[in-house]
Amino acid sequence: MNDAMIQVRNLRKTYHMGEIEVKALRGVSFDIQRGEFVAIMGPSGSGKSTLMNMLGCLDTPDEGQYLIDGLAVEKLDRDMLAAVRNRKIGFVFQQFNLLARQTALENVALPLVYQGGIPLKERMERAQRMLELVGLGERLDHRPKQLSGGQQQRVAIARALVTEPALLLADEPTGNLDSRASEDAMALFKELNKRGITIVLVTHEPDIAEHAQRVLTVRDGMIASDKLNQPQAPSRVAQAAGATSAPALGGIL
Amino acid sequence: MSAAEQALLSHEQPSILPELAPIDESSIDPQRMAAKLAALQEGGISFIETLSIALKSLTANKLRSLLTALGIIIGVAAVVALMAIGQGSQSSITASIAANGANRLTIRSGASNSGGIRGAIGGSQTLTIKDAEALKKPNNAPSISAVSPEYNGNAQLVAGSQNTNASVIGVEPAYTIVNNVSVAQGSFISDDDNTYTNSVVVLGANVAKTLFPTGDPIGQKVRIAGQQFEVVGVLTAKGGSGFGSTDDAVMIPLTTAQRKLFGGKALNGAKLVSSIAVQAKDENSIDQAISEATLTLRESHKLPMDGSADDFSIINQQDILESINETTQTLTIFLGAIAGISLFVGGIGIMNIMLVSVRERTREIGLRKAVGAREGDILLQFMLEALIISIAGALIGLLIGLAIAYGVSAAGLIQAQPSAGSAVLAMGFAMAIGLFFGIMPARSAARLDPIESLRYD
Repeated sequence: MNDAMIQVRNLRKTYHMGEIEVKALRGVSFDIQRGEFVAIMGPSGSGKSTLMNMLGCLDTPDEGQYLIDGLAVEKLDRDMLAAVRNRKIGFVFQQFNLLARQTALENVALPLVYQGGIPLKERMERAQRMLELVGLGERLDHRPKQLSGGQQQRVAIARALVTEPALLLADEPTGNLDSRASEDAMALFKELNKRGITIVLVTHEPDIAEHAQRVLTVRDGMIASDKLNQPQAPSRVAQAAGATSAPALGGIL
Repeated sequence: MSAAEQALLSHEQPSILPELAPIDESSIDPQRMAAKLAALQEGGISFIETLSIALKSLTANKLRSLLTALGIIIGVAAVVALMAIGQGSQSSITASIAANGANRLTIRSGASNSGGIRGAIGGSQTLTIKDAEALKKPNNAPSISAVSPEYNGNAQLVAGSQNTNASVIGVEPAYTIVNNVSVAQGSFISDDDNTYTNSVVVLGANVAKTLFPTGDPIGQKVRIAGQQFEVVGVLTAKGGSGFGSTDDAVMIPLTTAQRKLFGGKALNGAKLVSSIAVQAKDENSIDQAISEATLTLRESHKLPMDGSADDFSIINQQDILESINETTQTLTIFLGAIAGISLFVGGIGIMNIMLVSVRERTREIGLRKAVGAREGDILLQFMLEALIISIAGALIGLLIGLAIAYGVSAAGLIQAQPSAGSAVLAMGFAMAIGLFFGIMPARSAARLDPIESLRYD
C-alpha cells in the first residue's frame, strides 16, 4: 500500500468569475513522501496558489482525489476540514499573519487552543518549546511589533509546528523578508526537514526553491516538471554563496 | 556527455512524468479510516476558551466597547429609573388618597357623565350649606356618618418675615373625621368658631414649618390675604405627595371663609360651598350612601325624580383611585416604551460596531480558520462579543437606573420604587437585543472564506 504523506490524483478546479471560466487546475497528480522537502514553483496564474489551498484544505477540488496522511479529504465536511487544518497541517504565510495584540507565546499556542482539551499550562510549555526550537526562546513575551520580520516569520513557523502536523505548508514564506532573513528562514526549514518534518513550500523564486530536495513546477494548471535538486551543499555558507550560481539554477530549470 | 549522463549527474528525474493510477479508496482499511475520522471529530475549542477570546478582544478596545454598550446602558437605565419613578408616584398618590379615608365621598357641583372625575365638574355652583344640612339629617341619609362642607381658595400667608402660598379651606369640625386628620398641637376649628365667624386658623404641618421655622405657632398671628388670623392648632403631618394632602393647606372656619375671606355668593339665600365631603358608615355602605346622598340632594335642589341628570356629582374614592392608576399606568408604559426604543437603537449600535469589527478583523478570522477554528467557533466568538456587550451594558444600566431612582428618592422628589420586574424585563430585553443584532455580524464572520480573508488588507 502507498504510504505517501500526500497523494494527489487528477485534481481539477474551475473558478467561475461571472461569465469567465478559469480552469485553475486541470488534472494534477503527484505523491509526496514522508520527510520530503518539496518546492512548488510556477509563475503567477499558473494555479500554484490554488494547488496550495487544496493541499492546505482551505479549498476543495471539483474533481480528483487528495489523501493526506491516509485521510481522503474530499469526503470531509467543513468542520472536519477545520480539524484537519488544525492537526495535520501547519501554515506559514507570506504576511506572517500573527495576532498583533498577543505575545509570541500566545500566538504560537493558538492552534492548540482550537485543538481543545489541552490545559493552558501544557499549551504554554509546548509553545515555548517550539519558540526555543526556532531560536526565539528569549522573545516569548514580545509582541509581533517588537520583533523583526525574520523573527516574526520564525514565530509563525513555531505556530505551524506546535500541533506536530503531518505537513508544513509554506506559502511564499520569504516573500516579505530581506535576503539575509530569507536565508535564515530557509536554513530553519532545512533543519526542520532534517528532523523528519515534511515540508511543501510554494514560491516563485528559483533561489528559494533551490533549497528544497524536489521541485514541482506548475504551469497552466498542470504539473510541467517534477525534478530532484542537486544534493545540498554541505555548509550553510556554501549554500548562500551558491544560491545564484549557474549549476544550481540549472538543477531547477 | 550524453543527455542520460547529464540527468544522472544532476540527479534529475526523467522529464516525462510517471503515470499515477487513481487511488482505490476501498483498499484503505475502513476501521483505520473510521478511527482517524472519529479522532478528527473529537476535541475542538471549549466554550470557556471561546468566551475568553471574546473577552480579550473586547478588553483590547475598551473605549470602543464602552461606547458600543452606551446605547444599552442608557436604555436599561432609562427603563429601570422611569419604571421605578412611575411606580413610586403611583403608589404615593394611592397612599395619600387612602390616607384621606377610603370611605369618603366627595360631592361637587356640576354633572358627571358616568361617575368618576371626567365629568364636567364645577360647571355651575349648585352646592350650598343647605345641602350639607340636609345630608346631616339621619332621616335623609342614615348611611352617612359625617358631613363636611368645604369652601376652598388659595391665598398668600404671611407670618412675620415668612410667607407662603397655600390652599385655604373653610371647614366645620367634621372635617377631621371625614379627611382622617388629627391635631398635633392646640385644637381644631370648633362649632363656636363657625357660629361667630372667628378669625382662627389651623395650619398644615408643612405650612407651620414654613411660617414658624423655630417658634411655637400656637397663639401667633398669620395674615391671610391681608386679614389677621390667630393660629389655634397645627395638624399632624400625613406625609405622601402633594395630591390632596392636608400638610400644605390651612383650615379656617367655613363661615369665616364664606363671609370674610373669599366673599362667597349665595344661592336662594344659602351660602355656596365648594364641595361636600361625606363619610359612609363603613366600606359596605358606600353604594347605599351614594344613593341616599343623590336622593337627598335632588330633593334639596328640587329636581324631579324622573331620572334626569343630576346637577352635582358624587365622586367615590375608589373611582379616583382607579382612574389615577389607569393614568399613571399608561404613563409608565409610555415612558417604558420610549426607553425601550432607546434600547433598540442601542442594539443597532451594537450591530454596527460588530460589522465594522468583523471587517477590521478579516485577516484574524482567516488565520483562526486556517489554524483550525470551525465556523461554529467563529460564530460563537462574535455572538459572545455582542452578548457580553449587551449584558455588561444592561448591568451597568441597571446600576445607573437604580442610582437615579434612589437619588430621586433621596432628593425627596418622589419615593421611587425600583421593581425586580422592570429590572428583569430590561435585562432580558437587552440580552434579546444582543442576540438579535449580534447574529448577523457573527454569521458574516463565520462564513468568511479563509483564502480571501488571509489576503485581505
